[in-house]
Amino acid sequence: MSTYRERIRQALGAKVQFVQGDDACAYGAILAGCTFFAGYPITPATEVAERMSEILPKLGGCYIQMEDEIASIGAIIGASWTGVKVMTATSGPGFSLMQENLGYGIITETPCVIINVQRSGPSTGQPTMGAYGDMMQARWGTHGDHEIILLCPSSVQEAMELTIVAFNMAEQYRTPVLLFIDGELGHMRERLVIPDDSEITLFDRVRAESMEGYKPFQVGESLVPAFAPFGSGYRTYVTGLTHNEQGLPRTSSPAIHDKLVRRLAAKINDHTDDIVRYEEFYADDCDVAIVAYGITARTCRDVVEEARGRGIKAGLLRLITIWPFPEALVARWAERVRAILVPEMNMGQIYHPIREAVEGRCAVRLLAKIGGELHTPTELLDALEELSCQPR
Amino acid sequence: MRQEIRICGFGGQGVITAAVILGKAAAVYDGLIACQVQSYGPEARGGAARAEVIIADGPIGYPGVSTADILVAMSQEAFTRYGHEVKPDCVIIIDPDIVFSHDVPQTIYPVRATKIAEDLGNAVAANIVMLGALTALTGAVSQEAIMAATLASVPARFKELNRSALEAGIAAGMGQATQP
Repeated sequence: MSTYRERIRQALGAKVQFVQGDDACAYGAILAGCTFFAGYPITPATEVAERMSEILPKLGGCYIQMEDEIASIGAIIGASWTGVKVMTATSGPGFSLMQENLGYGIITETPCVIINVQRSGPSTGQPTMGAYGDMMQARWGTHGDHEIILLCPSSVQEAMELTIVAFNMAEQYRTPVLLFIDGELGHMRERLVIPDDSEITLFDRVRAESMEGYKPFQVGESLVPAFAPFGSGYRTYVTGLTHNEQGLPRTSSPAIHDKLVRRLAAKINDHTDDIVRYEEFYADDCDVAIVAYGITARTCRDVVEEARGRGIKAGLLRLITIWPFPEALVARWAERVRAILVPEMNMGQIYHPIREAVEGRCAVRLLAKIGGELHTPTELLDALEELSCQPR
Repeated sequence: MRQEIRICGFGGQGVITAAVILGKAAAVYDGLIACQVQSYGPEARGGAARAEVIIADGPIGYPGVSTADILVAMSQEAFTRYGHEVKPDCVIIIDPDIVFSHDVPQTIYPVRATKIAEDLGNAVAANIVMLGALTALTGAVSQEAIMAATLASVPARFKELNRSALEAGIAAGMGQATQP
C-alpha cells in the first residue's frame, strides 16, 4: 500500500514538467493536501479546474462542478467545515459573484483558498487576456470591515509554491486566502520542479481538544479559535450574523460586534511579519525604484539591470503579499529613493496604497496599461529613464 | 543567452502545440530555462494564432518576444504582421506554399512543411515538420530533446507520424542550411 503522499506524487507525474500557471496552482493545492474542489469553468482559469478534476478522483478526493460561482464558494465553505482543505478557482466575473460568500467565509473563520486568474473587466471583458483589475476588489469587494490575505506570484514555479503558502495561511489564521494570477501567467508554460515532501512545510488548522466547555469561537492568545469539524460530536453553530463565542447570533450588541470584528482583523494584522512576503533588488543603492507585483514584476527585474547598465541607479521592490498591504516596507523604500514607478496592468489600483504609504516622501508615478498586453521592457525603461532625469 | 522564438499561423495548424513542444524540449530535456506564451482568437480554427518561446540559460524576465531571433511563419497574414518584428540576423522559416510575399533583408528558409506532412499521410503534422527544420537550422534545442518532447506530447497512435514528420523536417532544415 502506498501512502497518500506517494499517491500524490504518482498523480502529479514527473518531477520536472513544462506546465501552465493554472496547472501549477492545482499542483500546489494537491501538495498542500487539498481534497475538495468546487468550481465553475471560466477562461482563463478553467485549467485549474481541469487539473483538479483529473487528480482529485485518483486520490479519493472530491471534485464538483457547480452551477455557478456563488454555489462554488458556498460548497467549499461547507466542505471546509467537515475539516478538509478546500479550494475554488475563477476569473473576474466569477470572483464578483463570490463576494457575498467571501465575507461569510471571513466572519465564520472558514479556511479556504480562492484562485482568481484575472482577465480584463469590467463584466465579461476580454476573456483570454491578462489583467490585474481585481486588486482592489480583493480588498473591499465584500462588504463590511475586514482584512484579507492576497498573494501574487510572478512565475509558474512560484504559483505552485504560493498556493501551498495560501493553504497554510488559510489554515493558520482560519480565513479565506486569495491567490491572484492573470490570464497571461495562467496560460504561460515554464519549467516546474515539484518539490520533495522534505522541502514542503504544511500547516493544519488547530483542532479542538476537549468537548468540555468548548465554544467554537472562543480564542486564547492566538486570536484564532480551535476548530471542531461538523459531525465530530462537538456542538457548533455557524452564522454570518455577528455572533458570540458560542457562535450564536448576537446582532444588537455593539460590544460583541466590536470585539468580534476587531479580533478578525487583529488575527491577521498582528501577524503581518509572517504574512507579508516580498523580494528586494538593489534596496540599499537605489535612486529610482520600481514597485511591482505579479507578472509585471518579472519584466521589471530585467529592466532594472538594463537601467543600471545605463547608469541609472534603479531598484525593484517586488510585492508578493498585496493584502495586508506592506505599508512600513514601502515607507522604508520611500525614505531612500527619490521616485517610485508603479507599473500596473490596470488603471491604477495598488498605486493608491503605495502613495498612502509614501506620504509624499518621494514622487510616485503610475505606468498604467490595460487591454491585455504586458508592459514591454522598452516601455518600462523609458518611464524609468524619464523619472530619473527629473530634478529632485 | 536569450533566444526569442515566434511561431505563427492560423488556428488549427498547431502553432501553439509546436511552441509547447519546443519549450518542453528546452526546459525538460535540455535542462535550459524556457517560457512559452500564446495568443489566439476565440475561434477554434482559422483565426490568427501566435505562440512564443523564450529559451535562456538564466531566469527569464519579460516572457514575450520583443524582436524575434527565430520566426516560423505558416500563414501570409502571420508573416505580414510579424515578418518585420525580427532581429537583423533572425532565422526566418516559412512554408513557401502558403507564404508568397516575404520581402525582408533576412535570409528566408523555405520549408514545404504542409506538403511534406501531406506526403507522410497527414497535413496536421506540418507543425512538427517545422519544429524539425527549426532545430536543424538553429540548434535552439538538441535533436534528441525535440524528439523526446515530441513523442511525449502526442497521442500514442500519432507517434510514428510525428516521428517521421520531425525527421523529415530535420532533413529539410539540413538541406536548407547547406545550400549556398
